[in-house]
Order: sequence, then structure tokens, then C-alpha cells
Amino acid sequence: MVEELLHSGSGWMNFGIFFLLAVVLLLVVLGFVTYAILAERKVLGYMQARHGPNQLGGKWGLLQTVADVLKLLIKEDIIPKAADRPLFIIAPIIAFTPAFMVLATIPFTEKFQFADIGVGLLYYIAISGMTVFGMVLGGWASNNKYALLGGMRAGAQMISYEIPLVISVLGVILLTGSLNLNDIVAQQGETAWFILLQPVAFIVFFIASIAELNRTPFDLPESENELVAGYFVEYSGFRWAFFMLTEYVYMFAMSSLITVIFLGGWLPPFDFLGFIPGAVWFALKFCFVVFVYMWIRATLPRFRVDRLMEFAWKVLFPIALANIFLTALIKTLFF
Amino acid sequence: MELLNLYQNNYLIVFVFLCLGVLLPLVALFLGKFLRPHKPSVEKYTTYESGIDPFHDSRVQFNVRYYIFALMFVIFDVETVFLYPWAVAYDKLGVFALIEMLIFVVMLLIGLAYAWKKKVLRWT
Repeated sequence: MVEELLHSGSGWMNFGIFFLLAVVLLLVVLGFVTYAILAERKVLGYMQARHGPNQLGGKWGLLQTVADVLKLLIKEDIIPKAADRPLFIIAPIIAFTPAFMVLATIPFTEKFQFADIGVGLLYYIAISGMTVFGMVLGGWASNNKYALLGGMRAGAQMISYEIPLVISVLGVILLTGSLNLNDIVAQQGETAWFILLQPVAFIVFFIASIAELNRTPFDLPESENELVAGYFVEYSGFRWAFFMLTEYVYMFAMSSLITVIFLGGWLPPFDFLGFIPGAVWFALKFCFVVFVYMWIRATLPRFRVDRLMEFAWKVLFPIALANIFLTALIKTLFF
Repeated sequence: MELLNLYQNNYLIVFVFLCLGVLLPLVALFLGKFLRPHKPSVEKYTTYESGIDPFHDSRVQFNVRYYIFALMFVIFDVETVFLYPWAVAYDKLGVFALIEMLIFVVMLLIGLAYAWKKKVLRWT
């Protein structure tokens, strides 16, 4: 049915149907965010030998995040006098919109995917780069010293780590010869998962992705014990919630992207396991990546600010560049 | 015609995501207006600065280092703009394009080495 829909002339009818489907995805993502926050608190709790939330909604604390969101909804909305009002209001929107837009091209399974555009990977990288505007604007508009420092740090960090992130995936593109995410998964079905063929690219990409997500050990923009909360220190209530939501939606998107380009998407690890549906495989790999993000957060301390930039430019960037030329050379010589 | 439709529909989906991404915060913040209290007082609207009264405007002259990193980003992001089409078409271009691209990248690496030597990449 969707196939027919995609081939029919585009008009308001199609717009409506796509809109409804996208709303369904949005609800799925919001559900994920709700339980990812809970899972993160639980995982961190058990890694630190305590229980985490266990009061609200049974012993697993299943309603804790729902209650938190409701509490945020009834919080007073405060915009400081000194702040730049219009920019202060649109900053969370600018931060959130790209986070949701990048989900448009990610193929979850063979059937369950939205836009199948030729430049899928480039689209993801280009759109996800827009979020930094929201963060810098939020920091600047608040007219607060902590917020400005946080916003500046966020800007410097995210653009610095975007370079290794963008260059490391070139190895994958070289092996596939396409930017389409479906083609990348198909190629992994023919040869092997790219985590095996491109281990260096995977490591660089993974480290850079943690920095792009602003998670520990790269959470300097919002380091709570020096900058209080960084660029969103002046935000309260639901505006603050949208910055938080952005971060978790990006975690969803980034984990999906890593699953698709390095872990073989919905493909089973061995052919004889093919009877298990692709959605299950995707979900398993996806959950594993999310878990690793939480694990790293629980394990590593925060980077020092002077080491942060050097690490991106002096370590990750040269490694990523060397990796693509090595890949190109090997491909020319042996294939 | 068929392909054109497919193409248009795929980008229509992207547009739908854009609309929804803007709508969700707008709707949530608008609906929140009916739920949240509104009791203004002068103290609430002062800027937070660890409990003391804020002094100065916070938008002071800023460290030039951020600006240099932005410049570096522009240079190397443009480099990736050239690398992407090269990587996609690598099968057709072959060894000659590889050498050409190596020369191009080495020229930019000289810039990186210069910045490195000038201690621009160091934070302290």
C-alpha cells in the first residue's frame, strides 16, 4: 500500500497520510525517550550499587518519567528580563526540529522506513549539524555568564567533533559507493558488517558521536558542577524539557544510525538465524548501542576542557583521514 | 513520471518531518500556557548568577580561540564536501582520482600542521 502511495502523484492527500504516519513515529520516539531516561537512571543506579527510581509505578519505577514530564508541564514559564526574548523562545525549537527531522531517512527495517532518499547519510549529517545553532542561540539569548560559556563550549565542541564524525563514515561510503542507507545495509548483507571491515572508522565515529550527543565524558557544555547546566541554565519548565528531549531524540537517532551503517541494520548476524524478523534484530542491536552509551557515561569521568579540542584535531581527525586513504588504497590494490 | 513521483514523495516526507518538528514544540508550549501558573515578581526575572546580584552585561568580548576553531571547521568541512562525491564515485574514478585527492588533502594538512605548530589547537 505504501509502495503505491509513494508512486502516486504527490498532493495534499499524501501530505495528510505521511503526516499521520510521522505522528505515529513521533509517539514511538517520545515513548522511547520516556523509557530511555528511566533506563538510564536504572542502569546508572545499578552500576553505582543503588536502585534508582523504585517508588512510582511498581518496583521498577515505570511511571517516574511520566510524572516528571507532567511536573514540568505545570511549572511556571520564566523568561529573564535581561534575555533576548524572541531568540530565547525560538532557540529550543531550532534545537529540537533537526533532531526529529533526521529520523526521516533512517530505515528501521526493510518495510518500516520513511523517506528513501539517495543522499540519506549526507542528509543526516547536514541536518544534525543544525542543532548547534539552537544551543549557541540559547546560550547567547539567556544573557547569563554560565549560559554563554556553555553555549560557546557547545559550539566549539560540536563543530570540532563533527569533522572526524563526517570523515570517518567516508570509509563506509567508499566500500558501498552510495550515500543511500538502504544500499549501505544491502552491501553489508553481501560482504560483512562494516564494524568488521571498518573497525577504525567505527571507533572514531563512536567517540565523535558521544561528543555530538553531549554525553559524558564529553558533556562539557552542560557540566553541572562548573557551569551549573550550561546553555540552558536560564530555561525552565517545558522550554527546558525541549532541550532535554533534543538530547534523547538524538540518542535515538544516533543509535539507529550506528546500527544501520556499522551493525548491519535489520540483517541477522548469521544466515541461519534469518527466521527471526528483521525488526527484532534491529531492536536488539539498537538497545545494545543505547546501553553502551549509558555504560560509558557510568564509567568515564569528564574530559578536561583543554584536552577536549586537542583530542578532536590531533588524534581523531588524522586517524579518520588516514583510514579513508588506507581503505581507498586497499580497495584499489586488492579488489 | 513514476520516478519523479517517487522522488517528490520522498522529499514530501522530509517536509512533513520538518513541519512536525516545528509543530510539536509550538503546540506543547501553547497548550502548556493553560496549565502553568503565572505569578510574576521582580526577583523571578533577574538573571541567575549563583545567588548574587548579576553585574555587567554578560555579552562581553570573548576569547578569540572559539573564532579560530570556527575558521578551522569551515576549512575542513569544505574539504569533506569534496571528499563525499569522490567517495561515492570512487569505483568509476580509479587510481588517478585517488592521487589527485591525496594531493588536495595534503595541501589542507599543511594548514593543519601550521595551526598545530602555531599552537592554535592548544586550549591553554
